[in-house]
Amino acid sequence: MLKVKDLHAYYGKSHILQGVSFEVGKGEIVSLLGRNGVGRSTTINAIMGDVDCKGSILFNDEEIVGLDSHQISRKGLGIVLENREVFPTLTVRENLILGIKNMRKTGRWKIDDMFDMFPNLKRRADVSAGALSGGEQQMLAMCRALMGDPDLIMVDEPTEGLAPKVVDQVADLLTEIANRGVSILLIEQKLTIALKISARIYVMGHGRVVYEGTSAEFEKNEQVRKDWLEV
Amino acid sequence: MLETVIFSLLNGLVYGLLLFLLASGLTLIFSMMGVLNLAHAGFYMLAAYFAYTISLYMGFWFGILLAPLIVGLIGGLVERYGLRQVHQFGHVPELIFTFGVAFLLEEVVQFIWGRDQLAYNKPEILEGALFTLFGADFPIYKMFMLIVSVLIFITLFLVLKHTRIGLIIRAAVGHPQVVGMLGHNVPLIFMVTFGVGTALAGLAGAIAGPVLGTYPGMASGLGGIMFVVVIFGGLGSLGGAFIASIMIGLIQTFAIAIDGSLADVLALAGIIVTEETFMYDIWSTTMPQVAPLIPYLMMVVMLIFRPTGLMGARES
Ligand SMILES: Nc1ncnc2c1ncn2[C@@H]1O[C@H](COP(=O)(O)OP(=O)(O)OP(=O)(O)O)[C@@H](O)[C@H]1O
Ligand SMILES: [Mg+2]
Repeated sequence: MLKVKDLHAYYGKSHILQGVSFEVGKGEIVSLLGRNGVGRSTTINAIMGDVDCKGSILFNDEEIVGLDSHQISRKGLGIVLENREVFPTLTVRENLILGIKNMRKTGRWKIDDMFDMFPNLKRRADVSAGALSGGEQQMLAMCRALMGDPDLIMVDEPTEGLAPKVVDQVADLLTEIANRGVSILLIEQKLTIALKISARIYVMGHGRVVYEGTSAEFEKNEQVRKDWLEV
Repeated sequence: MLETVIFSLLNGLVYGLLLFLLASGLTLIFSMMGVLNLAHAGFYMLAAYFAYTISLYMGFWFGILLAPLIVGLIGGLVERYGLRQVHQFGHVPELIFTFGVAFLLEEVVQFIWGRDQLAYNKPEILEGALFTLFGADFPIYKMFMLIVSVLIFITLFLVLKHTRIGLIIRAAVGHPQVVGMLGHNVPLIFMVTFGVGTALAGLAGAIAGPVLGTYPGMASGLGGIMFVVVIFGGLGSLGGAFIASIMIGLIQTFAIAIDGSLADVLALAGIIVTEETFMYDIWSTTMPQVAPLIPYLMMVVMLIFRPTGLMGARES
């Protein structure tokens, strides 16, 4: 479904992505792991058209390098950014409405589904999103992306800074998303939920992918963890 | 006294709302695209000239209707084929580009219409006094300006607050990339915002032309105050721009109306100032003389104590 091949990206003169390649299949949960600053966020921001890049990104066999963010989004890609990036001055409901790309078409998700899953969001539907807790903002950001009915969603460090109970909620929601046939590319640094829910793992180091394998294989491979993940 | 207060209040409102017509577009464009459009007042002027020429052939009403639309269209094109190409080179080239457009507009206007003030006049139906109070007239035309500005203000508010496009625009303020990633056509929204912003400036020019004068200096005349408004109100804040517009409008007109000097105040305290008094020039300067300075003074003081302005959220 998503095939990234030999992706290069620069910030000014520094060569951040130096030939990243990986794939995500239909309905699959795949994790992209790596230490701080290896370029995971840059990778998915490049996929989303927000960072200039060279190389090839095929989505449903269609080249999307060079397209605008909104065009890429409308092809069925969704993203939940690293800092959640909810619209702080707008209400929870307005945030969700902004996720909808086409008001005339109903997708897999409706606002009421979101409110059923997260009563907290329902209770605070008309409160500014900026007033929500970190966990609630994370849920809101994910729900907002789902309102656009993506076929593949990329989620950047969703468990960062959240309490263990909320981390479980995130994992449950991701599993539920995958159950509805949506592919997931999960960016993580810790293994907490990545190992539990994903089928395959990629590890990034020095601007490229340095390891790929199934979760089971990865779990046994202590060397990779020591070389590329542990700090 | 009461007469002065009432007339200054009304005049201040008229002037303040006119400033808001100008400042709203400028601040909306800035907060969304991060571009301080130095050509904004140029579009204001261009519309006055267009309105004048159109009024010669089709009458005043077509003039004030069509001129803002044409200027808005030109604004949209300038964004689409100018600013958007320059954008990739960064903010400074963008700023220089709008500066260039401002110059271009001023030159073009002088080239086509000449240097003299045009006889762009109000229509007969808007001539004369609406009411007379304590022997002074309040012109119908000012009431007309007031009504147009209020209507635009209400429309702008309703569109931003209660429509889907308004919601997208409010979200795009400060977070355009995120809005794009959600599937909304941000380049198009930029173009439309720029077009509508310049159209609002155009409307201001078309209705101000007959009273403030239609001449090549009209852009720089109001342009400076317009920047004061958006900086004082807080760059990017519509609410701040509104408050600042009204405030500056009122302060300016009241300052002109109060015909006194510090010497008069000192006289009340029993201190008589004569030409021999130390720093006589300062004591004897009258309020109407310093009135044009007040907005700039306000801006400087605001920048010192609160660099983000009244309601500006943050530096970006
Ligand atoms: N806007 C930017 N300008 C310049 N350099 C950047 C920018 N964003 C990121 N970088 C640099 O690019 C490298 C990769 O950053 P990226 O955000 O992709 O890393 P990451 O793997 O997501 O790590 P983390 O999220 O933990 O910081 C880092 O060295 C970072 O300092
Ligand atoms: Mg990151």
